[in-house]
Amino acid sequence: MDDPLIIAGREFGSRLVMGTGGAANLAVLERALVASGTELTTVALRRADAGGGTGVLDLLRRLGIEALPNTAGCRGAAEAVLTARLAREALGTHWVKLEVVHDDRTLLPDPIELLDAAEQLVDDGFAVLPYTNDDPVLARRLEDVGCVAVMPLGSPIGTGLGIRNPHNIELITSRAAVPVVLDAGIGTASDAALAMELGCSAVLLATAVTRAQDPERMAAAMRAAVEAGRLARLAGRIPQRFWAQASSPDRDAI
Amino acid sequence: MRARVNGEPRDLPEDATVASVVELLGLPGTGVAVALDGEVVPRAAWSGTPVTDGAVVEVLTAVQGG
Repeated sequence: MDDPLIIAGREFGSRLVMGTGGAANLAVLERALVASGTELTTVALRRADAGGGTGVLDLLRRLGIEALPNTAGCRGAAEAVLTARLAREALGTHWVKLEVVHDDRTLLPDPIELLDAAEQLVDDGFAVLPYTNDDPVLARRLEDVGCVAVMPLGSPIGTGLGIRNPHNIELITSRAAVPVVLDAGIGTASDAALAMELGCSAVLLATAVTRAQDPERMAAAMRAAVEAGRLARLAGRIPQRFWAQASSPDRDAI
Repeated sequence: MRARVNGEPRDLPEDATVASVVELLGLPGTGVAVALDGEVVPRAAWSGTPVTDGAVVEVLTAVQGG
């Protein structure tokens, strides 16, 4: 079934966006990325050293996967804006996953700095995909300043706690005019399926795959879960009922 | 002449430019970006942009993350 994800006019066949953090090495990462079927994958920006090289970029290029730079590690709008501009220069893309976190323990987005940075980057010509709280009002505000998607968390980064407030995610997806990407907190396949059933357009995850005991197999599971959840959403689920409803005929039983 | 490059103080020649600093670090010319005193220096301007005494240079590249 032809059902592409469209963000800022670009089509993606896969609705699973991957991160590259947490993998034991590039060989493990490569097998996981291939198994996931992803076409868009995040990278971070860090100080270059002569020993580092550009291994992860070379890998993504070889696999035909689009690199999506993030601003991970930034605490304020100024840092995030500069990091996004450096990423544009280094990678030759004007797309950015905007991440402005408040503190190390929760890694929760700082809403004030996030909105400020989003506005500055949109004005500067970026396609901004903000990592945000599961706050329907903030999601709306980010959309209003021109973000091309909104990416609410299910739960804090790396926790694997799944989607703690499904109703908020559904409030966001029911009103958003841009794609909603569930970003952060996914622990296992059912979390990814639930995100899609709640109306998300895509799921972004890293740790759930890269730190799984078998990353390649978990990547395949996530791919299937995202596809299943999307199909279920499009199919239209039955309403939930309090009492049982027989599915066999209620007449002519002996 | 002394500048701060990626957080470390460094002695640089008087005629240092952004291009010569990137070369000094042994970095490839592609896949990296440079900020000088908090402003991005486009690649095309590297060789024409002097690094002066007390300058703060950040050279970044993509790594696994996110």
